[in-house]
Amino acid sequence: MTGEPTLVVEGLKTHFFTEAGVVKSVDGVDLAVNRGEILGLVGESGSGKSVTGFSILGLIDPPGRIVGGSVRLNGEELTTASPKRLRSLRGDRIAMIFQDPMMTLNPVLKIETQMVETLQAHVKIGRAEARARARDALGRVGIPSPEERLDSYPHQFSGGMRQRVAIAIALLHGPDLIIADEPTTALDVTIQAQILSEVQTLCRETGTALIWITHDLAIISGLADRVAVMYAGKIVETGRIAEVVATPRHPYTHGLIGSVPSRNRRGERLTQIPGMTPSFLALPPGCAFAPRCPRADEKCLAMPELAPCPGGGHLARCFHPVPEGAAS
Amino acid sequence: MTAAPLPRDAHGAPPVISVRGIDMVFLKKAPGLADKAAEMLGIPRPAPVGVHALDHVDLDVFKGEVVGLVGESGCGKSTLGRVIAGILDPTAGTLRFHGREFSEMTPEERYRAKVAVQMIFQDPFASLNPRKRVAEIIGEAPVVHGIVPKGEIDDYVDEIMLKCGIDPAYKQRFPHQFSGGQRQRIGIARALAVKPQFLVCDESVAALDVSIQAQVINLFMDLRRDFDLTYLFISHDLGVVEHIADRVVIMYLGRVVETAPTEQLFANPRHPYTQALLANMPRISTEKQAFGQIKGEIPSPMHPPSGCHFNPRCPHAFARCPAERPRLIESAPGVAAACHLLEEAV
Repeated sequence: MTGEPTLVVEGLKTHFFTEAGVVKSVDGVDLAVNRGEILGLVGESGSGKSVTGFSILGLIDPPGRIVGGSVRLNGEELTTASPKRLRSLRGDRIAMIFQDPMMTLNPVLKIETQMVETLQAHVKIGRAEARARARDALGRVGIPSPEERLDSYPHQFSGGMRQRVAIAIALLHGPDLIIADEPTTALDVTIQAQILSEVQTLCRETGTALIWITHDLAIISGLADRVAVMYAGKIVETGRIAEVVATPRHPYTHGLIGSVPSRNRRGERLTQIPGMTPSFLALPPGCAFAPRCPRADEKCLAMPELAPCPGGGHLARCFHPVPEGAAS
Repeated sequence: MTAAPLPRDAHGAPPVISVRGIDMVFLKKAPGLADKAAEMLGIPRPAPVGVHALDHVDLDVFKGEVVGLVGESGCGKSTLGRVIAGILDPTAGTLRFHGREFSEMTPEERYRAKVAVQMIFQDPFASLNPRKRVAEIIGEAPVVHGIVPKGEIDDYVDEIMLKCGIDPAYKQRFPHQFSGGQRQRIGIARALAVKPQFLVCDESVAALDVSIQAQVINLFMDLRRDFDLTYLFISHDLGVVEHIADRVVIMYLGRVVETAPTEQLFANPRHPYTQALLANMPRISTEKQAFGQIKGEIPSPMHPPSGCHFNPRCPHAFARCPAERPRLIESAPGVAAACHLLEEAV
C-alpha cells in the first residue's frame, strides 16, 4: 500500500435509463479515501449520494448502469471486475452498512448463523472458531454479553443494537473500506452518539477507510476528516471538514450550513435556500444550482469545474464562490 | 383532590391548554368478558399488562407561546400530543382549554374547543388522502364545521394556500403531484383552514431535507405571527426546538424530567438526562465532537426501571435513585426538574 489511497473514484458516472429519460444520478464523481480516514458524503434526497455508494460496490441494477469512470480499491479496478471477483470482495474487503439494519439481517436466522455464514463465505474456518470471532466482533461494537446475544434473533434486539450487529458483521473480515449509508438516521440522539463514538474509535484502531453518507452536515462536522458535498449528481465542494464548515465557498454549501437551525439566532428567520432540488429529468443547463443561487449570472449557464478557490485550499464547483469570511 | 390554582400569564389569562396528572396506559390486551364480570362482582384479577406511555404528566401552554416537547423514542411525546389534540382519551387526568375542563363544557363548547386544537403530522405522505384534490383536502373541514359558507370556500382555500406558500393554481392537483415540502405545506394549510388557536406539530419537519426544513420552520414562525397561534412543537431534534421554542419540556419514558425557558435550558441543563442529550447533539462546528458519553440503551417502556427511570444510565445515580421516584420540583415559575441530586443539593 504505497502512495495510492485505499479507494480512488475517478469520473464515475452512473445513469439510469428509464422510459421517461436518462437519469444521471451520478455524473462525474471523483473521490479518494485514505487508510483510517473518514470521508463524509453529504447531500439532500436525490443528490446521488447513495447511488455513488452503491456504484462503488457494483450494486447497480438495470435500468441503471455505470457508464463511465473508474473505481479502484487498493489499485484494483472494480468497474470492469467480474461478478465473481466483486462477490468475493464484498463482505471481505468492502462492506456496506445500510440505514435500516433489517436490510442486512435475515429476520428468521439467529445472529450467530448469519455471522458464521459471512465468515465462512470468505475464509475456511471451523464453526467453533467462527463463533468465537463473531462473539469478539459483537463485543467490539459494544453489545453487552455477546456470547448469549449470538443466539438471539434480530427482532429481539432494539434498533440501536441491530445497527451495532450490522456494523459488527461489516467489521468481521477487517475490511479496507466501509460504506455507511445514513446508518444512524433512524436512531435516537444518545444511541446515535454511542455508535458514532464507536465507529470513530474502530476506524482509528483498524485503519479501515470509511465513507459516511448522510444528509446531516452536523454529524459529519463532528465525525469526519474530509467532506464531499453532492448536488444533482455532482460534487460541488470538497475539502477538509474544518475548512469547509468554517469557510464554505459554494453557495449551496453556504446555504445548507446557514439553514441549520442552531446556526441561526433564536426566533429569527432561518436563512433559506429558495426553491427545491431539481428533478434529474429536468436539470437546468450548466450549473444545476444556478436557478436557486443568489450569486448566479449568465456565466452559470455553463458547468464550472471542481477547482481550488482563489485564496482557499479546498475545491468548489463554482464561477462565483462565496468570499471567505462571508456571514452564513 | 385539592387542585392547585392554574398559573396565569402576564395578562392574567389561564393557559390555552393545561393538562394535569395525565396517565395513559395502553393495555397489551383489551379487557375481556371475564375481566368485566370479575370487576362487577368485585373479584380481584391480576393487574392487566400494559405500557405506561404517560405517567402523571402536567403541562401548561400559554397563549402565543411555542412549547418544544423533546424526547427519544418511547418517551410518550407523541402520545401527549395526541391526548392534547383530542385524538386519544387519557386513562386518567384532566385536560383544560382556557382554564375550563372539557367535562364541564356544554357539547357545543366542547365541539368548538376541539376544532380550535389542530394537529400537523410527521409524514406528509401518509397524512393526506391520496384520492382527494388539494382543494377538497383543505376546503372540506371549514365547510363541515360551518366556519366558511360553501359559496365562499373557493376564495378561502386560495387565501389559505397563499398564506402557506402553495400556488392556488395547483388546487386541483392530487397530493402525489407535490414534493415532500409542498405536501407538508398542504398539511399545514388543512390544519389552518378551521381557524385553530392551538397547533400540535408532531415531528412536522423531521422528514424534510435541511433546506426545505428551513423553509417550513420559517412558515411556522410567520403563521404564528399572522394568525396569533400557540404551538406545542414535538421533536427529537434539539436544534430545531432550540430555534423555534420559547420553552422546552424534556420527557423520558413517560415522565417530564425537566422544563425551562429555552435559553436557560440550553445554557444550564439541570437534569443529567438533559445534559446527556445536549452533549450528544450533533452540532456544526470546526472541531471534532466527543460523542457517546452516555451509556446503555433506552429501557423498554413496558418495563421501566424503578424509581427514577433514568437511573441505570445516569452517571450520578446513587442509592435513592432506584428506590424513589423524584418529584418534579419547580425552582421558579416555569422552571422545574425531577432529580434527587437537585433536592439533595438544596
